[in-house]
Amino acid sequence: MYGRNWSFRITWFRILLILFVLGAVAAALYRFIYGLGAVTNLNNDWPWGLWIGFDLLCGIALAGGGFSTALIVHVLHKDKYLPIARAALLTSLLGYIISLVSLFLDIGRWFNFWRPFFYWGFHSVLFEVFWCIALYTTIQVLEFGDIFFEKVKFPALKKILGYMMTPLLILGIVLPSLHQSSLGSLYIVAVDKLYPLWWSMLIPFFFVWSAFFLGPAMVTVEGTLAAKAYGRNPELPVFQSMTKVTMWMMIIYFIVKMIDLNYRGVFGMAFNGSHESNMFLIEMIVFILLPIFMYAIPSIRTRLWGVVTASLLVVVGVVFNRMNVVFTGMAKSVGSSYFPSIWELLITIGMWSFLALAYLFIVENFSILPKEEHTHTTTRIYDTGFHA
Amino acid sequence: MSNGVLVDISKCIGCRSCVTACKTWNDLPVKTSQNTNQWDAPVDLDSDTWTRISCHIVGEGNQRKWRFVKRQCMHCNEPACESACFTHSFEKTEEGAVIYKPTELDKDYCVGCRYCMIACPFNIPKFQYEKTFPYVQKCRFCYDRLLENERPACITACPTGALKYGNQEELLAEARQRINSNPGYVNQIYGEKEYGGTSWMYISDVPFEQLGFRTNATQKSIPSYTWDVLKWTPYIFVGWGALLTAMRFFTKPKEEGHNEAEMYAPVDPKE
Repeated sequence: MYGRNWSFRITWFRILLILFVLGAVAAALYRFIYGLGAVTNLNNDWPWGLWIGFDLLCGIALAGGGFSTALIVHVLHKDKYLPIARAALLTSLLGYIISLVSLFLDIGRWFNFWRPFFYWGFHSVLFEVFWCIALYTTIQVLEFGDIFFEKVKFPALKKILGYMMTPLLILGIVLPSLHQSSLGSLYIVAVDKLYPLWWSMLIPFFFVWSAFFLGPAMVTVEGTLAAKAYGRNPELPVFQSMTKVTMWMMIIYFIVKMIDLNYRGVFGMAFNGSHESNMFLIEMIVFILLPIFMYAIPSIRTRLWGVVTASLLVVVGVVFNRMNVVFTGMAKSVGSSYFPSIWELLITIGMWSFLALAYLFIVENFSILPKEEHTHTTTRIYDTGFHA
Repeated sequence: MSNGVLVDISKCIGCRSCVTACKTWNDLPVKTSQNTNQWDAPVDLDSDTWTRISCHIVGEGNQRKWRFVKRQCMHCNEPACESACFTHSFEKTEEGAVIYKPTELDKDYCVGCRYCMIACPFNIPKFQYEKTFPYVQKCRFCYDRLLENERPACITACPTGALKYGNQEELLAEARQRINSNPGYVNQIYGEKEYGGTSWMYISDVPFEQLGFRTNATQKSIPSYTWDVLKWTPYIFVGWGALLTAMRFFTKPKEEGHNEAEMYAPVDPKE
């Protein structure tokens, strides 16, 4: 049934990652047996901490590369971006799995996780988030099936998947558009709690828009990392032409943000010298305006270091924005402080280590990255791996 | 109109009979470490403390006064927790109480996501962090007593008449009448309009912002904010889906210029 052998080369770095994963699994088991209070620094003032703030909110945003590339490649048929399409899909799928795991860790009554499928609290934003993430992860698994069955031969299933692909692709863009925005809408309930520089009725727009323009930047960073790890040539021409999408979307983001602040009459709060206003200014100047300028200047944009640095700023900037919403913006109304415990950090590190390991395993065993022209082609047998 | 409670802050002497009555009726453990000599102890509500008295010293010099404010769930007319919960674990009952179904009605749907805690503008729902399978806990307006036509335990215990239980409309009228007949009161009924109105309402002879109340509160109910956004979901789903489908077919290349299976390959880690 299997066409080829499976391989996974073991290096010291990978052993370290595996140790992190094992540590996280142990901590997670302890958490399931003794409860959230035994492991986390969460409290009544800070019900949402590192796992929701970083692993879920940032993880899902960082996985935005999947739906933006799907839109560009499979809906708009911009074929020049094909080389990065599969890698983007893969990292997106892994990002969603991480988010689901962190959600599962974070819910107090985890044996009840399936309840929202049956008791429809449709007036809750979380209901939309839950359904969209669950459905979209399923869809991504099916989309990945197309790649999976290229290696694991199962022609009948591959054919069925082929028929389903167009509706899957469309749903696979609509659902993430909805829930990327509803992750922002989650904070609409915090009307008088979230600092006015971040709270807005437009927060769903800001979240989905930034998740979208983050996509190309994320693909650039991942692509460069993968190229470095495997001694390949980075897809520089693809990265460069994507900067136009990101740059214009960021300009629109910035303009809408300014209009929104003015309309709500809180523009002055950005300069009142408070901790919140400083964090907001950093977010806007370092992580929005600076990358826009770097993308706009040809001598920076056309060099690998330039496009990668700017993209890295965009990626870190979106994480910074989510952190500001979850922590900085809520701190004043909450009063007390929160810092993740060593166990929360360990589990987070373990989850992302698992992501890295899964990525490495999949690109080494499935057709994810484009063939390099100068390298040897199909016949390849690894002896180091396990034989499935 | 459902029932509510009028709290007259000028009449409260901070005796904490209500706190004791609440603990007793609801079988809630007392954490002895919390009973220090601080006036404000316990300093916050928690999963075993559903009501508390917060202590405020206001004014200057000879004008200095002590004021005591009973804190508990406000039992909003349109509760944020109910709208935030994706398993319908909260319910605003006809009697006026906002109850948590897993412990009150034994309908255990709660997944423990704690979004209700993010949503509540009064920071009321608390979580049993120390338990393996924790519940959310908060004042339930003694729902079991309301069903028996009894008043909530804290109200029966109040010796000064600072707490008055009754029909919400009648209480509002009485509050207005008390304010009008005595110039000492601040001309505001906290809970009349805040977040769309609450079943628990406060009148005071000291400005509310000096007593730890969130006075810049919006008068729109929180569920109406979220609904303003959520109501667009089906239209976006259908519209965006149709637009994408149209674009996919409109831009579809005439001939397949590429073969995906030929284009990609596994990476050789030995390179």
